[in-house]
Amino acid sequence: MVTIEFLGPIQKEKISLQASSLNDVAVYLSADEELKGWLESCAVAVNDTMVTDLNTALKSGDRVSLLPPVCGG
Amino acid sequence: MLELFDGPVPVEETLARWYKEEATSNYGAFIPFVGTIRDEDGISGLSFDIYTPILNSWFEAWQSKAKESGAVLKMAHSRGDVPLHTSSYIAAVFSPKRRVALEMIEEFVEDFKASAPIWKYDLKDGKRIYAAERSTKIKGSGLLKVKK
Repeated sequence: MVTIEFLGPIQKEKISLQASSLNDVAVYLSADEELKGWLESCAVAVNDTMVTDLNTALKSGDRVSLLPPVCGG
Repeated sequence: MLELFDGPVPVEETLARWYKEEATSNYGAFIPFVGTIRDEDGISGLSFDIYTPILNSWFEAWQSKAKESGAVLKMAHSRGDVPLHTSSYIAAVFSPKRRVALEMIEEFVEDFKASAPIWKYDLKDGKRIYAAERSTKIKGSGLLKVKK
């Protein structure tokens, strides 16, 4: 199982799902109405490392984080 | 060095401490940037969420870059609520000569704004409202949006 966590202003509890790549996660999350609008604005990290490839492989125990637009300072 | 505070950053104490820490390090330039909460749009303050693991690795990457130029970076940021006229952010560069520090403080603060995993909220009428329109998408955003 892979865990998906939603950071900052996304008011959503983390979820677990079976996924072998980020692409599987994208397909799963795109059906979630609560995330409408967030998917296009969020960056993604796997195990706290930023990733930019949808083909990134995932294995059981991996943690995927969604990072909405930021504004520090 | 990255320091996080619950509430406002104690500016005077922090700047004095950093200055003292590097007093004999032979840096010729010390350039701090302090961000203070302004009274605007009817807010009573700002509030911040931070994702520490990625903030730490982002900062460590910058620290390595600074080291290559013989400089050192320091940063302090607030978590939670920060009232008007107090400060939520300090970034500082120490370097042997001014040019490196002047250029690095600008580059560092700009990348901080675009990349550091920190989320800002306006405190207004007892509510905590995500500052969506002032926020910046991190590079690579939209990866999970399925093309239709």
